[in-house]
Amino acid sequence: MTRVTFLIPTALRPLTEGRARLDVDLPRSPPSLGEALDALWAMCPAMRDRVLTEQGDIRPHVNIFVGTESSQWIGGLATPVPDGAEISILPAVSGG
Amino acid sequence: MKGGDIVLLVGTLKGAFFLRAPATRTAWEVAGPYLAGRAVYAVAGDDRVGRRRIWASAASMHWGAVLVSTDDWGRTWTNPEQANVKFPAESALALKQIWQIVSGRPDEPDTLYCGVEPAALFRSTDGGETWTAVRGLLDHPHRPRWTPGGGGLCLHTIVLDPVTADRMWVAISTGGVYRTDDGGRTWTPRNVGIRVEFLPEKYPEFGQCVHKVVQHRDRPEVLFLQNHWGLYRSDDAGDSWQDVAHGVPSDFGFPMAVHPHDPDTVYVLPLESDEFRCPPEGKLRVYRTLNGGRTWAPLTRGLPQRRAYDTVLRDAMATDTLDPAGVYFGTRSGKLFASKDGGNSWRLAVDGLPPVVCVRAVVSADGQRRRATARPTGRR
Repeated sequence: MTRVTFLIPTALRPLTEGRARLDVDLPRSPPSLGEALDALWAMCPAMRDRVLTEQGDIRPHVNIFVGTESSQWIGGLATPVPDGAEISILPAVSGG
Repeated sequence: MKGGDIVLLVGTLKGAFFLRAPATRTAWEVAGPYLAGRAVYAVAGDDRVGRRRIWASAASMHWGAVLVSTDDWGRTWTNPEQANVKFPAESALALKQIWQIVSGRPDEPDTLYCGVEPAALFRSTDGGETWTAVRGLLDHPHRPRWTPGGGGLCLHTIVLDPVTADRMWVAISTGGVYRTDDGGRTWTPRNVGIRVEFLPEKYPEFGQCVHKVVQHRDRPEVLFLQNHWGLYRSDDAGDSWQDVAHGVPSDFGFPMAVHPHDPDTVYVLPLESDEFRCPPEGKLRVYRTLNGGRTWAPLTRGLPQRRAYDTVLRDAMATDTLDPAGVYFGTRSGKLFASKDGGNSWRLAVDGLPPVVCVRAVVSADGQRRRATARPTGRR
């Protein structure tokens, strides 16, 4: 069993009843980031389409960190997530 | 909201605004921003079967684009749990932007269309609850050869034939005009005569960067087209096009609108060039033809004629249905200009908005004063 904690950005908290942190338990150890996200979607279905495109890719201006490492540099959705890890979903520094 | 009020639906890069005025259209009250922070590239009113619905595309740079609607003039909006416009998995495409929303014909009150980037047409037959890509265009063999214009590879224009139920046109930048005569199953390029400046072949079958196409419902076989360089008219439903840029200071521009009561009256707003997308000579001028494109004349009364470097985008011009007709346009510098006399004179209705992307005019319930025979004033 692996427990990970998702840190939810302010913009998406209306989808989590205002909660900034969500704990998710996963049967596999270590789960991949994709598996952890699937568990998050099961709890908050509306969040999936905000974070991923319809093709299952992380949106271009969204960053997901496992601990302090951006998933895009350490394996993307295949990144192994250790027990107790914090996963941060963050809007990228972009806009205009 | 009173019956007969005119409401301008204004989409900007930072949300939507509603500008309301009584039918006299002398003073405008601004409400909004709605959907604050999101880019609203498309707005549309749907008053079929007693609806009071306004649709908007709401795009977050981070969290994607969805279609939302309000039935109470913006007080509450739908917030679909799942993205409601999605490409099918096998297409390998992902939605970037929703550029156009169009209600279906009056006898199909639950049908709506939207045009998106990457270029595709979606249709809903349940009042906007669910949307499906129109396969004939999604699977079109030309798709691999369409290329993005400056705004992306977008399907930005949808024109429904008011008489022939299975006929429809779309315009794609850069793909050109396509027409279906079988309800969307097959699509044929309709670009004969439309010149391309940016390819070695000047009159290709497709690949034109069409900016806007308009049609008057009383004469559906006639279309007018603002191209990326070029003003065109077709008298055969798009089978062929003739250059009608007679008397404009530049035939480059984005928006185009047709008068609600006169199919020979069309409005454009020329820009100097694709390098310098500002009004020629710093003079903000709408050009109007009263004779179906034979001649165009500037409309300047009330518009700044000095150091006016306002850009007007393809969907940022609209007309209302009153008589005399109102004509409106918004600028990338956040101004909204309004004419209540068919373009003869203009007033700055509001300033200081975020960059305006789209404008549509709706008349609130009980205020329709259509007069099909009315013609605009002005020298013909």
